[in-house]
Amino acid sequence: MPRIIVCLKQAIDVSQLKADANGRLITAGVSRKISDFDKNALEEAVRLKEALDGEVVTVTASVEDAKTTIREALAMGGDKGYFINDEALQNSDTLAISFVLAEAIKKIGQFDLILCGEASIDGFSAQVGPRLAELLNIPVITYGRKICLEGSVLTVERILEDRYETVKASTPAIVTVTKEINEPRIPSLMAIMKASKKEIVTWRLTDLGVSPGKVGEAGSGIRILDVKAPKVERRRVLIEGETPNEIAEKLVKSLIQEGVVGR
Amino acid sequence: MKEYVSVWVYSENNNLMLELISCGRSLSDTLKIELTAVLIGDEAEGKADKLVKYGADKVFMINHPTLKESPDEICLATLTDLIATHKPEILLIGSTKNGKELASRIAARLETGCIQDCSYLTINGEGQLITKRVVYSGNAVVTATFSRSPHIATVPLRTFEKLEPTERKGNIMKLEAKAVKPRLDVVSVSKMEVTDVKVEEARIVICGGRGIDSKEDFKPLKELAQILEGQVSNTRPLAEDRKWFSGWVGLSGKKIKPTVYIGCGISGMIQHVAGMRDSKIVVAINKDPEAAIFEFADYMVVGDLYEIVPAIVKELKKALD
Ligand SMILES: Cc1cc2nc3c(=O)[nH]c(=O)nc-3n(C[C@H](O)[C@H](O)[C@H](O)COP(=O)(O)OP(=O)(O)OC[C@H]3O[C@@H](n4cnc5c(N)ncnc54)[C@H](O)[C@@H]3O)c2cc1C
Ligand SMILES: Nc1ncnc2c1ncn2[C@@H]1O[C@H](COP(=O)(O)O)[C@@H](O)[C@H]1O
Repeated sequence: MPRIIVCLKQAIDVSQLKADANGRLITAGVSRKISDFDKNALEEAVRLKEALDGEVVTVTASVEDAKTTIREALAMGGDKGYFINDEALQNSDTLAISFVLAEAIKKIGQFDLILCGEASIDGFSAQVGPRLAELLNIPVITYGRKICLEGSVLTVERILEDRYETVKASTPAIVTVTKEINEPRIPSLMAIMKASKKEIVTWRLTDLGVSPGKVGEAGSGIRILDVKAPKVERRRVLIEGETPNEIAEKLVKSLIQEGVVGR
Repeated sequence: MKEYVSVWVYSENNNLMLELISCGRSLSDTLKIELTAVLIGDEAEGKADKLVKYGADKVFMINHPTLKESPDEICLATLTDLIATHKPEILLIGSTKNGKELASRIAARLETGCIQDCSYLTINGEGQLITKRVVYSGNAVVTATFSRSPHIATVPLRTFEKLEPTERKGNIMKLEAKAVKPRLDVVSVSKMEVTDVKVEEARIVICGGRGIDSKEDFKPLKELAQILEGQVSNTRPLAEDRKWFSGWVGLSGKKIKPTVYIGCGISGMIQHVAGMRDSKIVVAINKDPEAAIFEFADYMVVGDLYEIVPAIVKELKKALD
């Protein structure tokens, strides 16, 4: 009966982002959602739970209200959600967030497996999983695309740049998962209704005994100076023609003129 | 003003190591401090001299024949220990998947900040290390600095050009790896096809997307690549959902900056664009005139790739004859 913790980030829906007139990105008011790969992590946890008769809890740290997001995770099959919500989390980097999550996980208690996303869709730093492993002093397996849990033996297939690696570790352990590990389910109406009765435990930092110096700017190792939309400066020349051959001829001519094909 | 003593670089990837040395060299020259390369692994001996020739002042050489490429505990413990002893202020790590894990774990052990996948690193007038990286799936570039030491940054392949090797003198020091028990047991390793592994190094990349219906239909793209002495690659759905190829271009895949990128049947979702936006010239072929890829293209071809690509092949053959 494994107990699985899923680190579930409430991320900015990056497809909704816009920049202001100066190219600065506007993040206020942009809709939030479960970070993409975390949905895969959750789905995998729920599948393991269904196969092995276990329990799945989620943990989320956020300055903003994340209850709707957590509720969605519970509809997908999570049993209970833990939500660390505190204004002091503002401007926390991965150093601070990992610390807070580790403290929350210690308070949640015994577990066999922690699943994280390969990276979060907004920050994409791929740090929180490995950092948690260090803080909790347990093994970590990154970029997992297949997980097998037998008793306390964990076997994971990793996907790297040029190879697949199958590795074994003993639990408790952390795995960060890739998008390909599964296809996350869409919860049924029934599941959504059931989820409204499941428990979301909300903690403030004082509940975890985390001092203000450990979070926010003071608890972070990096300082953001500027966030700007990248400039796109493309020529956008439309190659027109009556036939594919005519188009191809024009394109090839242009590329040769640019000096990028031929000599 | 902050006082610095040294910049360190490490990557298990030999090419990336030389590129890191180039980046580290310019940082350490600006700060007028020493550049150290840390070499851990198999046959370290044969490689140390080369690192000096490419710009390192000092090489810590740790020969460790049993060390796998994975960032196992030995590598992690050895590096962390060395850093704690010598206290470099800046540590650059090659941004491979294992490199990113390693960087995060060192940062956790040393309770410091880590910035992944930096596309730009410089020292400003106040002696601060300034970095830039892409966030929000490619929708933004964030400029950031560090507030704790060491400053840990990872740098992807092809971000910096390696320097020309010169005859230089350096200080090569042999050290021992730290003896710690590995936590993971690597049971098996299977290599991917090598053809598309080198896509980062290709001058010309022909990229296919879901507009291509079957793996066989990649043939014209391959032919095009062959004529142009380039490489083919693809989007993530083709690689992972349909399993046609092993790697892909994009946010979660390879960052490429070829001279020419030709995208065929690719919609241009931001996650894909994040991997190719630094290409010098972008050609997009898509039958949908509204496709987002056209926003990022220098040459826009609205049409059926099944007709256009073979026609390009034909024209090129004619032109290059
Ligand atoms: C967290 C996350 C990370 C991701 N990372 C990556 C990544 O690293 N790399 C990546 O590529 N994707 C990534 N994706 C997926 C990405 O969002 C898109 O789904 C993907 O890039 C779309 O691939 P595509 O362009 O091949 O397919 P589609 O979006 O389906 O586009 C197919 C295009 O082909 C055109 N077309 C169809 N038939 C023809 C024809 N006969 N001739 C010409 N044009 C035709 C269509 O008009 C369409 O525009 C990621 C997604 C997430 C959520
Ligand atoms: N604020 C958070 N709350 C819960 N989990 C998080 C949070 N931030 C990151 N994670 C987890 O860590 C993974 C990697 O995030 P990142 O290091 O930001 O790329 C995510 O996929 C989540 O599983």
